[in-house]
Amino acid sequence: MSLFELCQWIQFSPPLVAMRSSPWLFPVIASIHLMGLAMIGGAVLVGDLRMLGFGFSRQPMGLVARDAERWLIAGLLVMVPTGILQFMCFATKYYFLKFFWVKMASLVLVLVFTFSARRRIVAMADKAPARAGRGRSRLAAVVSLSLWVTVAIGGRWIGFP
Amino acid sequence: MSLLRFFEWLAATPGSIALHESRYMFLVVLTVHVLTLCVFVGTAVMLDLRLLGLTLQRVPVSEVMGRLLPWIAAGFLVMIVSGALLFYAAPAPRYQNLFFRLKMATLVLAALNAWVFHHTVYRKVADWDADLIPPRGARMAGGLSLVLWAVLITLGRMISYQMYWFDCGRQPQSAIVVFLMGC
Repeated sequence: MSLFELCQWIQFSPPLVAMRSSPWLFPVIASIHLMGLAMIGGAVLVGDLRMLGFGFSRQPMGLVARDAERWLIAGLLVMVPTGILQFMCFATKYYFLKFFWVKMASLVLVLVFTFSARRRIVAMADKAPARAGRGRSRLAAVVSLSLWVTVAIGGRWIGFP
Repeated sequence: MSLLRFFEWLAATPGSIALHESRYMFLVVLTVHVLTLCVFVGTAVMLDLRLLGLTLQRVPVSEVMGRLLPWIAAGFLVMIVSGALLFYAAPAPRYQNLFFRLKMATLVLAALNAWVFHHTVYRKVADWDADLIPPRGARMAGGLSLVLWAVLITLGRMISYQMYWFDCGRQPQSAIVVFLMGC
């Protein structure tokens, strides 16, 4: 079975057909997806701004970044399932959308980056003397912010006619 | 002149027509409006979570407020400007949109909640600034704010789905819906 056939199978399976026939369900799921967006946005901003040296600069980077990361994960737990449901509703359409694949690729990149390199840089920052590693954490924040912005813009563009 | 008449006049102005018929401008404004959610609601949510004692517990509330408020305010400004432009692109249908009206009412409630919090509980913030879990009043304001943002987002998303249920052009409608939409 090819990927496209899988998309077809998902989209036209009985539960998804039932879901599409309800006019309420899709916008309600999209709304919950947007709540997750706000949550992730806030958590990423608080963490990355601290790493850039703005906001909460008097607090240890590790404390701010770890607290924010918890809510980033909470946001992901809201966004990923509602995102998958939206994908399943119109899987064959998304299969052909370039922005959908751009979004998925940057999402994977940013998740890997956040939970490996960014985490390690935060852990090192707290042990090192104040000025050391500042450039590294700034760079990590810039990478994280740009990838998240790509995910968000890709997401918005998917919904356009 | 009734408000509806005014918005119908507004819809006939060249700027409104240009925005309504533009190929990309409307979508760009919509994108800005939706993605600024991250900045505006996102930072507001982090503040609410601190008021609930659920995040940044070891950071004083006044510091969280001081650091996040500029972002909340800047985000709010972008939201209001882009939102006004979205309204300007289709004034009469938005004015008669049930979800739009409820969204504006929710916005007023959220503003009221913030105002009451700032003028009551937050005036004595010095007494509980470092508390890991702020007092009841602050927790209530934070919780209420979270609920109102969730409702606001849902109503905003629903605006473009109005035609499936409530639309002045879709009759018969129940009297209460007709009244609320101002048909």
